[in-house]
Amino acid sequence: MSAQPLELRTAPFAHAGPSTRRLMFEVIAALVPVVLASVWFFGVGALLVVLATTAGAVGAEWLLGDRKGLGTLKDGSALLTGLLTGLTLPPAIPLWMALLGGFVAIGLGKRVLGGLGGNFFNPALVGRAFLQAAFPVPITTWTPPGQGLWHVPTSAFTLPFGHAEVDFVTAASPLGLAKFDHKLTDVALLFSGNTAGSLGETCGALIIASGVWLGVRRVFDWRLPVAMVGAVAVFAAILHAVRPEWPPAWFMVGSGGLLFGAVFMATDPVTTPVTPKGMWIFGIGAGILVVLIRVFGGLPEGVMYAIMIMNAVTPLINGWTQPKRFGG
Amino acid sequence: MFGLGRPRGTFRHGVHPPENKRATDSKPIERMPFVAEYVLPLSQHIGAPARPVVSVGQRVGRGQPIAAPAGFVSTALHAPVTGTVAAIELRTVASGKEAPAIVIKTDPFSSQVVEVDAPARPEPSLSASEVIRAIQHAGIVGMGGAAFPSHVKLQVPAGKKARFAMLNGCECEPYLTCDHRVMVERPDAIVAGLRILLRRTGAERGYIGIERNKPDAIAVLQRACAGEPDLEVVPLAVKYPQGAEKMLIDAVLQIEVPSGKLPIDVEVATLNVGTAAAIADLFSTGQPLIERVVTVTGDAIGRPANVLVPIGTPLRDLLAFCGGVQPHARQVVLGGPMMGTACKSLDISVTKGTSGILALSRAVEPVAEEPCIKCGRCLDACPYFLNPSLLGLLSRNDLVDDLAQAHVLDCCECASCSFVCPSHIPLVQLIRIGKATVRQHQAALAAKALAAKAAT
Repeated sequence: MSAQPLELRTAPFAHAGPSTRRLMFEVIAALVPVVLASVWFFGVGALLVVLATTAGAVGAEWLLGDRKGLGTLKDGSALLTGLLTGLTLPPAIPLWMALLGGFVAIGLGKRVLGGLGGNFFNPALVGRAFLQAAFPVPITTWTPPGQGLWHVPTSAFTLPFGHAEVDFVTAASPLGLAKFDHKLTDVALLFSGNTAGSLGETCGALIIASGVWLGVRRVFDWRLPVAMVGAVAVFAAILHAVRPEWPPAWFMVGSGGLLFGAVFMATDPVTTPVTPKGMWIFGIGAGILVVLIRVFGGLPEGVMYAIMIMNAVTPLINGWTQPKRFGG
Repeated sequence: MFGLGRPRGTFRHGVHPPENKRATDSKPIERMPFVAEYVLPLSQHIGAPARPVVSVGQRVGRGQPIAAPAGFVSTALHAPVTGTVAAIELRTVASGKEAPAIVIKTDPFSSQVVEVDAPARPEPSLSASEVIRAIQHAGIVGMGGAAFPSHVKLQVPAGKKARFAMLNGCECEPYLTCDHRVMVERPDAIVAGLRILLRRTGAERGYIGIERNKPDAIAVLQRACAGEPDLEVVPLAVKYPQGAEKMLIDAVLQIEVPSGKLPIDVEVATLNVGTAAAIADLFSTGQPLIERVVTVTGDAIGRPANVLVPIGTPLRDLLAFCGGVQPHARQVVLGGPMMGTACKSLDISVTKGTSGILALSRAVEPVAEEPCIKCGRCLDACPYFLNPSLLGLLSRNDLVDDLAQAHVLDCCECASCSFVCPSHIPLVQLIRIGKATVRQHQAALAAKALAAKAAT
């Protein structure tokens, strides 16, 4: 007979397996190749930026969160937010700004709202939006890829509030080229990643591979990225058919942060709808907003704002799309 | 808006827990030798407990009534062995509480022949009320786990009719194989039981719904139904909780039983396959419900088996017969892992609703709860299309009106939401509390209204 006293618990006596922590670390694992690609294209300077945002995010979680031992750091969400924030920044951004961006992402984007599960906006995007508002020039200054593996932009070490060095080579991102010079970047370059842009966004093929892996493993709901990318493709194709000087669908999908945002930002469960129908609405809405901002707005890029606007209406979408109960 | 068409052969949503049926699904049913003592709680079914009709010291024959139904939703109880009534006293039952029970000491010298009279007339020639009465006095209840008195299900309420009769052979709970084995070994009794259900409810077509992980049962029953054009064996996808009555009806007929209504409201009458076999046995041999098949399994049992045991068999004896609970056992569960109850003590006995006994070494480790990350997995799992995360939150905050408005009472407690939640939030547990709170609140309101009416 049983050696230890029987435990009294209530059903179910089975669990599907994945824990919240596990889901976070699966996404982090899927980001590792993306980080390596950014180092490949932009040099170790890219790694320094990502490390700075991660340090900022993890530091904020530790300072503002539950500080017994590792506390809430154990769930991995601060680490993930730090990585994501870093990957949305340009390669030559001063490191102190990156650190601050990571700190704001978790501090303002998550901790003040009650921590994991309490925030409305994607924390990584809150960090990036803060930097965009505070330092509009460094965050839109792009450098070309392929300057060597050990390349670190001199601007990286600018002191806080000092003048950013501008002795590095700048380049226009594919979206900037399209918007201001009406030049389309080659499709092969867009998907292979050898273009100017934010650290994590340039290599479309790798992002798609990571996304498929995460989707197949059911780490996130496939509906969100599929709806967002699909909406961009369809809406852009329609606009391109109406006026051919507006960029075609393949360019809209492959350029800028669209794929990165769709795979890694629009899939954040906390800030997106819980209902399947709501997920479609969120994805399609975000996709349409991206095209609207890029084509008709003043900025070349709109992924961040598109996702944040949809984050803001997510509670409403949840309200509209509550499931119709069985037999109701 | 984006909802796909209603799938055939299954229901929408649900989960896929590991089946864990391999240990027993090909093991023939074995009969357990008689033991010294049997304990029969008077309340083994939903409804009023039975009323004892024997006294302490009285000699009873195997199959003889020892307690009579106390009302319409109540059934009889019979001596599972020939012996003597040793006591009528409080005994521990599965819930951990004490409840009145009849204790029978087995006569070691008896031949243990079932002492009942075969029916005087065949079932088809009996009147409707005779059949209902016979089933009620044979103590037959639903053997899938809920233990609802079966004669109530065969009684079509006035003003309603049945068009479809359906046997539930899903056995969607992991580990359990008792229904599976009964289907494989006793197909003729099951088909005979379905015939009685058809005849007594006036239904035109009969169905037996079986999940595809039991191909032998499907084949055997298809053979048994061959040449009977009004009977159909319907193979169903393997998914939990397909055996929930409303899910089964959806899977077989694509009919949604409205919220708060019963299957008969959509002209369907259902029975579990084991129950159908018990009803067939009653009308062929006169034997009341004195034994049932129990699956004894789990990773901490000596010898997993499907055992035919007398009702009232002490758990300790049954577990010992199956090689004993191993020292590394952490939990003994009555029923399946999704909806079963953990035993507080092994000093209880097999009742009519006991479909399985699981000895588990590492069921679910108690994992610290994390905040809800709003992933929506519970919404995708809920077969009733409720919002379990919201219900859990409302229950935690005791928001009775909001709980009722979010249809908490529609929940059948299948536990799919707790099963999938990555944050390990005890959703179904919270929802159970929420349901109780709402029911209490509604009862209080009704009592208040009644009092106000009486005062005027």
